[in-house]
Order: sequence, then C-alpha cells, then structure tokens
Amino acid sequence: MDPVLLIILIVVAVLVVGGAGFAFLRGRTDHTPTIDPSATDRADSVLTKSKPDTIPDLTDPESVSVDVDEPLVEAEPEPEPEPAPATFRERLGKARSAMSGYLGSVISRGDVNAETWDELEEALIRADVGVSATTDILETVRATADEQGVKDGAALIELVKDEMKVRLGGQDIDLAEGGDPSVWLFVGVNGVGKTTTIGKIATREVANGRKLVLAAGDTFRAAAAEQLTMWAERAGADVVRGAEGGDPSSVIFDAVESAAANGAEIVLADTAGRLHTKTNLMNELSKVRRVAEKGAGTVTETLLVIDATTGQNGLIQAREFTEAADLTGVVLTKLDGSAKGGIVVAVQNELGIPVKLVGLGEGKHDLIPFNADEFVDALFE
Amino acid sequence: MFDTLTDRFDGIFGKLRGKGKLSEKDVDEALREIRLALLEADVNFEVVKSLVGRIRERAVGDELSKALNPGQQIVKIVLEELTESLGGEAMQVTFAAKPPTVVLMAGLQGSGKTTNTAKLANLFKSQGRNVLMVGADLARPAAVEQLRTLGRQIDVPVFSEASDPVSVARASLEEAKNTGRDVVIVDTAGRLAIDVELMEEVRQISEAVDPMYTFLVVDAMTGQDAVTVAESFHSTLALDGVILTKLDGDARGGAALSVKEVVGRPIAFASTGEKIDEFETFYPDRLASRILGMGDIETLIEKAEAAFEEEEAEEAAQRLIEGTFTLDDFLQQMQQIKKMGPIGNLLGMMPGIPKEVRDVEIEDKQVDRLEAIIRSMTLEERANPQMIDASRRGRIAKGSGMKPQDVSSLVTQFNEMQKMMKKFGMSPQKAKSKSRKGKKSKKRRGGRTTSKGPAPMADPTVLMNESIDELSSLRLPGLPDND
Repeated sequence: MDPVLLIILIVVAVLVVGGAGFAFLRGRTDHTPTIDPSATDRADSVLTKSKPDTIPDLTDPESVSVDVDEPLVEAEPEPEPEPAPATFRERLGKARSAMSGYLGSVISRGDVNAETWDELEEALIRADVGVSATTDILETVRATADEQGVKDGAALIELVKDEMKVRLGGQDIDLAEGGDPSVWLFVGVNGVGKTTTIGKIATREVANGRKLVLAAGDTFRAAAAEQLTMWAERAGADVVRGAEGGDPSSVIFDAVESAAANGAEIVLADTAGRLHTKTNLMNELSKVRRVAEKGAGTVTETLLVIDATTGQNGLIQAREFTEAADLTGVVLTKLDGSAKGGIVVAVQNELGIPVKLVGLGEGKHDLIPFNADEFVDALFE
Repeated sequence: MFDTLTDRFDGIFGKLRGKGKLSEKDVDEALREIRLALLEADVNFEVVKSLVGRIRERAVGDELSKALNPGQQIVKIVLEELTESLGGEAMQVTFAAKPPTVVLMAGLQGSGKTTNTAKLANLFKSQGRNVLMVGADLARPAAVEQLRTLGRQIDVPVFSEASDPVSVARASLEEAKNTGRDVVIVDTAGRLAIDVELMEEVRQISEAVDPMYTFLVVDAMTGQDAVTVAESFHSTLALDGVILTKLDGDARGGAALSVKEVVGRPIAFASTGEKIDEFETFYPDRLASRILGMGDIETLIEKAEAAFEEEEAEEAAQRLIEGTFTLDDFLQQMQQIKKMGPIGNLLGMMPGIPKEVRDVEIEDKQVDRLEAIIRSMTLEERANPQMIDASRRGRIAKGSGMKPQDVSSLVTQFNEMQKMMKKFGMSPQKAKSKSRKGKKSKKRRGGRTTSKGPAPMADPTVLMNESIDELSSLRLPGLPDND
C-alpha cells in the first residue's frame, strides 16, 4: 500500500492546489458559453404533456409498416437459418474494394522496393490493424521474403495474407459448452451490439433445437431489457429480467437457476455496456462472472463484443476486459459497413484472443462463424 | 503500448540538449514519432499525412532554429497544428426566429444518438427551451422506449408513432406546433454510411423536417473508418456539427480530427459520461493534448473547480502551501475529490506522469482504508500527528481495522507530501517550466512575489504542472526504476 498511499496523498494535494487556484483565477479566465442564453426567453413554463398514447408495438411486425428496409423488425427476406459462407465476401465487398485501391500500385509496380513496404503498411493501418501489429506482421513477412527471394509485389501481398491467416486462423471458434447450464457472457463497451448479438445467437440456437434462457443483465441502459425481450420473443427463448437499476449479478444468477430448473442448456447473459476505464463497473463485471457460477451453471464463454469501426482503443478494451472477466473470444460486429475491423488482428496478435463470430448486418441471421481465410482474402482482394 | 509522445520526445531530444538547433535528420526522426503517435490515436492516414506535412514545413523553417529547446518547440508546433485542425471557434448554437428549431441526430449504430438526443434536450431545457424529442428510430427494438425512459428522467416529452421514420419526423413538427414546443430534436436510427437505402431514408427525414442543425454523432473510439462515415453523412445531409461521444474512456479520440478535417464543421459537443448532464462544450486544445497522450489538465482543473467548495478549497490550498495542512483538511478535501471520480482516473489525466506511476493500481478501497485511519483519529491527532504514540497508534489501528504500521506509514507519507507541497508554494508565477527531470532546481529557488493582500496563488496550471513534475520524478519504493 506504501507507494499507492503517497500517490493518493499527492494527487489530492495537487488537485486541491489546482482546484483552488483555478477558483482564484476564475475572474480572468471566464469561458464564454457556447450557447447564448440571452437569445432564449427564459419562460420556465410547466411542461405540457403531449405524449401520444399510441406507443408503437415493435414486437409486432404488422404494427410497423416501414417502406424501406427494416431488417430488425421484419424477418429477413432470405429465410435460410444457415447463411452461406459466401455472404462474408459479399458483405465485405466495400472493404475489399477500398483495400485493393491502396494495393493496386503494389501489384502494378511489379518489383519490390521501399515504397512497396510503405504501401503495405498503409493498407494495414488503414484497416485499423494498428502500428505495432502491422510492424510485427511486416517484419515477419520481410524475413520470409528475403529467405524466399520474393521480388514481386503480387507475391509479397500473398505472403502478407498467408502470415495474417496463420496468425488469425487455427483456433477453435466453436462456442464451448459443458456447463449445466452453460453460461455465455457477453461484455463490451457501450453501443457495440451486445444485445443484438445475443438476439442473433438466440435465433440461431433455437433454430438448432436448443433450449435457451436470455438474461437481461443490462439493468442500466434505458429499455435494454425491453430490447432483449423483443429478441427473445422473436427467437422463441425465455428471458429473465430484473428491476431497472438492479444488481446484474442477481439477474444472471436467477436466469441460471431458471435454466437449471427448466432444463435449458444455455444461458445467454447480456451485460450493460461499460467503458473499461471505469474501475467500479469493471469490478461489477468480475462479480457478475463469479456469481454466474455460484449456482448450477458454468461460464463456458466470455465474449468481448467489438464494433468493426473501433480503432486502436479496441486493444486496450480487450486487455482490460480479459483482466476483469477472462475472455474466451471476440465477436466482431458491424463488419458489413465500410470499416474493416482490423483491430481484431491486433487483439489476436497481442492477447491471443480469437475472433469467434462476425456480425454482418441487422438481420437475425447475419451472424456467422469467423473464417480467417475469408476475412484476410476479403481484405486484400 | 507506446509511451506518450512527450516521453518519446524526451528520448529523441535528450541527446540534442544544448545543441539548440535541429538537423533535417532530427526533424525527420521527430516527425516519424509524431506520425506514429497520431496513427495510434486513430487519426486517419490521409489526415496524418497532411498534418505531418504542415508540421514539417514549420519545423524546418526559421521558427525552430531560434528555439531554445527544440524538442519542446516541436511539441508546441504539433499541439498548435492539432488545435487549429480541430477547429478554433466553439460552435454557437442559436435558435430559429420562427420556432421550432429543428435538430437532426444522425450516425452509425451504437454511436450514442439516443442518449445524446436526451443530453442535448436536457441542455436546451436548462436554457429555458421547451423541447420535444422525436423517436424516429423504429428499427432498433425498444429504441423509442429508451428515448421515452430518458424523456421521463429529464421531464421532456417524446413524440413517436408506429408509422415510418419520415412520417414520424414530419408529424412531429405539427405536434411541436400544437403543444408549444420551440425545439425539436429528431433521433434517427443508426445506419451504415454505405447503406444506400437507409441513407436515402435519412435524407428524406431531413427533407421533411428541414433541420437548422444536423449533428453527426461520432464515437471517440472510432478508427480509420471515421473519414468514410463523415464523408458519406456529410454529402447526404450537409452536416452542421459533430457530437463526440464516449470521451470518458481512454480512447485518444483521433477520429475527431479526421471528421473535422473532412466535414469542415466544428465539433459542437462532447459526451463525457453516462449521466444525462455529462455533456459539454467541446474544447479543441484539450483534445489536442489528449490525442498526443499529453494528459488533459484543463479538464482536470475544471473538474476540480466543480467539485470543490471554493472558499474552503482555497483555504486548504493556502494551508497546504504554507505547510499547515492537517489530516483533517486532507480528509475533507478527499471527500470533494471523490466527486471527481476514481483517483486512478484523475491520475491518468495528469500529463507527464511516468508509466510506472500511472500504472500503479489505485483502488477505491485503498482510499477508503486511508479515510478509515484518519477517521479513527481524534481531531487533535489529525491536527498534530506527531502526538501519535504507540498506544494511540494501537487504538487508531483497532478503530480502523488496520495494522499499527499502516497508521505510522500514513503519518510518514503525509509529512513527506507536506514537505513536497511546501516547495511549490514558493514557485515564481511565471515559471511555466514544463521540463521534467534535471530542471527542478529552477522551481526551488525564487521566493514568493511580494504583494499585499492574501498571498497570490500561482497559476493553477503552472502549479499543477509543477507538482506533477515532482510526482513524475518520484522514486517510489517498491516500484520498478525508470530505465
């Protein structure tokens, strides 16, 4: 406790001095308000209630008639529960063309020079692979290229691809079972798509004839439990909810108990999005994971959900979440956009946590097993 | 992980000290580091290129050769360039002459549109506006329900109906007119920038409500893709500004720079927490330091300012500098600081803290223990810890559930800290020495500037910087040494 003690003391002292000093100086460092309050009339009128009584019932596809594509509400047009792996390439079309734009000159130039290496670096960094992982990959490739005497741009790209496939592939990406029930815990920062991912997995597993319970462990975000409940109804799974603002551990514990009592095999446990910098929320997560195993269940998967648009912060997220909850895998969501999701390369590279699932859209079947070969090929083609 | 840019610069320029002039090769090396730092901070590749180009121009020009300390000079140039790129002027939100003022929120899924719709509504409401929130996100299950829940929390009505997003948006204007609402904020569904149909939908929504402001909501954690997203939304909607969310994490937020560069419109607001009121005006200079990993001292000071009882804190600071700060003062100030967030987070905001100090895990529990010890002391003991003898120590230990040696180590460390703080009080006002190691002699000399009235408080930024300098040069027992 010793060094910590002194640090605490000094931090307090520094802040006291800084805070008070600022107050002293306030007269001359006035901030101009951004929004000009003088332009507003300050009638603090009592709010007139104007809520329409018709709350759209989103669970019922009939009640919402949306002319444009509304994949979340209406069933996806293509009904096959097992999406063909081809979807992956198809959806990654955008990413693919963007990447080939950067690498076109590598191929057309033919021979390999310093510029070639710069362009390869650029391509990987643009895909959010990050500087360290990129450097690491390219160093390995450089050694291999020297060894094999590769002098051609196109062949070099192949080497880079092979190297990335080796690094990303060869992992067991099946979601583990073996508990009674098995608990799959979904964690991540805010807005990455945890609840949606659970909804999609529930749909898939129910279609496979499995019996599931969904645990609405996000007791913080407004209407998160409603969102999960709608998914559960759509998939045909049970859901266990707690009070808003309640203890997530107990909700998940109850869900596990309920699953055990009703013979459900898997509990899909949602958690509130949390930034990995919030110590108390990360502690809460550790507790959730512990308590989930207090009863009959075993946590066989703790999956970090990462949004493909995430930049280099994703690596820090993975590091912190694995420390708090011992991750077993990553779910990469929103890969159907223009973002390339290269951060998972960095996560795999540094922490050895494999990507297990990929989210390719808002439809309930748009979640497929990760395939390293296709992921890498799609990035480079 | 990379160390902060300043740490790296220390390495590069350490060997150049006293040279006073940089060769082209030195500049190249520095620019390489800058480039890496910017890329690690998720600034878009293209944007990095053009930024580094501008910095190079300035760095090899006259400007630098005159600099006393070239390393610092380069950092200064980089900071200035970043700040400028992030947009000098803060966004001025005005209201339409003919109400309602319509605001449209757009962005990718999960960027925080719904939450920030409520935050913005709350802000306008606090300015005396009658706000109507519109739930036009009919795609995500329970999105409207989420908005309604938030609406109840801030007491702002929500309009939505089970039709389609464009009709909801159009009908909301009528609703606002009928119910006397003068600001309408339309929350839309998250959509991918490449989704042609949904982009067309949001264009139609925009056409239907003719917004005065269209904000793109961008997650601070976004990577290289931020540019594509911003370009696409901007060409569809003609954005007026950006709301940067999730800045309470530790993402460097380089995406903001990319977006600003593409859209050319200011970043209007920053969302800095999950609570409704954790939403503030955006300050380019702060984000600039953050992108470079240089800490965020302004925000820290502001947090401190908000948390402290002004007079009390001033007195406490005075006593601290004079060396008459007691454990009781400490306990009280501690209560204020706790409002600012976990100590560990605050430490992270302080610039120039060496990695080994920053990485020390400070748990709230440890702070609680500290408090327990002090609370088990009598007021007399708190004022004069020297009087704590073995028997008193035993009693305090028992009372707080700690060991007697914990009590004595607290007293020792407290004295240590006192000594340290006393030194800063003597700093001359203008000693804005940002330099670390090896330059400390500067602060130690020089007395207080004489003036009447209460002893003048030095510039808090300077004071903080200096005390942080001290903190960063600490050799803490039990910690690995600096290499």
